[in-house]
Amino acid sequence: MTAEARALHRLGRDPLRLALLAIRLGPALILLLLVVIMSMLSPAFLTMLNLGNVLAQSAVIAVLAIGQLLVILTRGIDLSVGSTLALASVTGALVHSAAPSGPVVVLAMLATGMAVGAINGMGYVLGRLPHPFIITLATLSAARGLALWLSGGQPQQGMPEIVQTMGGRSVGGLPYSAFLVAAVALAVVLLTTRMVWGRWIYAVGGNPEGARRAAIPVDRVVISVYVMSGLAAGIAAIVTSGRLNAGSPTFGDLAELDSIAAVVIGGASFLGGRGGVGNALVGALMIGIIRNGMNLLDVDAFLQPIVIGVVIVIAVESDVVRGRLESRFRIAQAARS
Amino acid sequence: MTPVLAVRGATKRFGAVLALDGVDLEVFPGEVLALLGDNGAGKSTLIKCISGVHRLDAGSIEMGGVAVTMGSPAAARALGIETVYQDLALFDNLDPAANFYAGRESSGPRWLPRGLRLLRRRDMSRATAELLTRLHIGIADPHATVGLMSGGQRQAIAVARAAAFASEVVILDEPTAALGLRESRRVLDLILRLREEGHAVIVISHAMDHVIEIADRAAVLRRGRKVGEMRPTPDNQQALVSLIVGGDS
Repeated sequence: MTAEARALHRLGRDPLRLALLAIRLGPALILLLLVVIMSMLSPAFLTMLNLGNVLAQSAVIAVLAIGQLLVILTRGIDLSVGSTLALASVTGALVHSAAPSGPVVVLAMLATGMAVGAINGMGYVLGRLPHPFIITLATLSAARGLALWLSGGQPQQGMPEIVQTMGGRSVGGLPYSAFLVAAVALAVVLLTTRMVWGRWIYAVGGNPEGARRAAIPVDRVVISVYVMSGLAAGIAAIVTSGRLNAGSPTFGDLAELDSIAAVVIGGASFLGGRGGVGNALVGALMIGIIRNGMNLLDVDAFLQPIVIGVVIVIAVESDVVRGRLESRFRIAQAARS
Repeated sequence: MTPVLAVRGATKRFGAVLALDGVDLEVFPGEVLALLGDNGAGKSTLIKCISGVHRLDAGSIEMGGVAVTMGSPAAARALGIETVYQDLALFDNLDPAANFYAGRESSGPRWLPRGLRLLRRRDMSRATAELLTRLHIGIADPHATVGLMSGGQRQAIAVARAAAFASEVVILDEPTAALGLRESRRVLDLILRLREEGHAVIVISHAMDHVIEIADRAAVLRRGRKVGEMRPTPDNQQALVSLIVGGDS
């Protein structure tokens, strides 16, 4: 037994275990803390109206973050979701002006998102690219360009009732978009925790080579997460377009960065394989509450990105600390056995 | 007695290098066969040919007296051969049960495409717990991820996974290389338990004392040829070492 192992042994496993647990629950605790602090600082915060606002404002980030989570779980990244959102919204608006049918417009937006996702996934896998950064950077540019071209650079007014309801209306103080987020979250929880496909997503993220040896269809799994991220961008496009009753090539600008930030802030590992839907939701709500809270407190809007940046650094650092604690935990295990 | 696995005249060439040159090897059920040799002697190549990673240029592989082709790792696995490589191929982010069943999850209903089926998590946890108990592998928290476990526990899980799904042969590449004394001990005990259960076990190892303790037979490779085969005992350790290095001492 080394000295360090002996020391850990004496301590028992509980302090380490507690520290690991604290890091795992950290983001949710910080979110709770944010809510408590905000409700003390501003009487307007805990009103039904404001909470509804927070949920509505977080809905787009939340949906995108859930899609981004699936990609990040496989050690990937999807930089194209903001542009995909814009392209899907413009497609929806154009389809609406040609054939004003709610279901058709919704399907067109979802299909557009999935198509961009399929290009990302297949380009990455079949092109044997070293990393998805480049292909999704390419579609970030191309999808935005296509949206600008298709729309002539102008917002296209008009969305079907169903889209307007999803994006802009509330029932009993709760925005419809919050229910949409809940439905998406539930579906992805089912996928990630109960279905074989979800298990494969974690396996691919944990050990891609091992997954291949275990006869898991790695390529198809990887393509599927980009398609699902594109689908999430299509759903986010419905919310954005519905809120503003328009499709616009400028929608979703930098939304890809928000979605990545939400996943990381929420406590999923940027290195893949660790995290769940809860992390994406917590991260999206944290960003939403920080922005909402700073507005309520009348803090200079220019400070918001700085605060978000600081939170990202804290989140990534705590992931690093988690890794270090885990390796100390392993040493303690070996010493005990 | 028919060998469970027989390799005859195995020859494999990588460009100008003759990695295997007419190697014969037999393994019987309930036997631990040590595969010895210096670096580059051809041990890993032979293992990879048996487990379907490489194909033989010449020679044949028989299982239970029937000639078979190891076209892919999946084919070898389907024939009942499981291999544990040095780099383990465990999933650090998953728990032992998920590791055991990676790629062969028990799930249902059967009419759905495999990926869309629901995991039978309780079945898998129970079967895993039973196997770990049977093989005397102590895991404090069966729901902790494998990444939180010590090297010995991880090696034990990798070996147990192979044993669970290998109906015929378990191949272990340097199973104790990265382990401390006590953890090595546990893995050696585990290998002996596999033998008791009737598995044929092929072990690549450089640790002569481990080989002497657990192996029923040792085959020595040098420069792609089999240069000898004997029962490893403390008395002929010196002879084995000279076979490996090729000296006359």
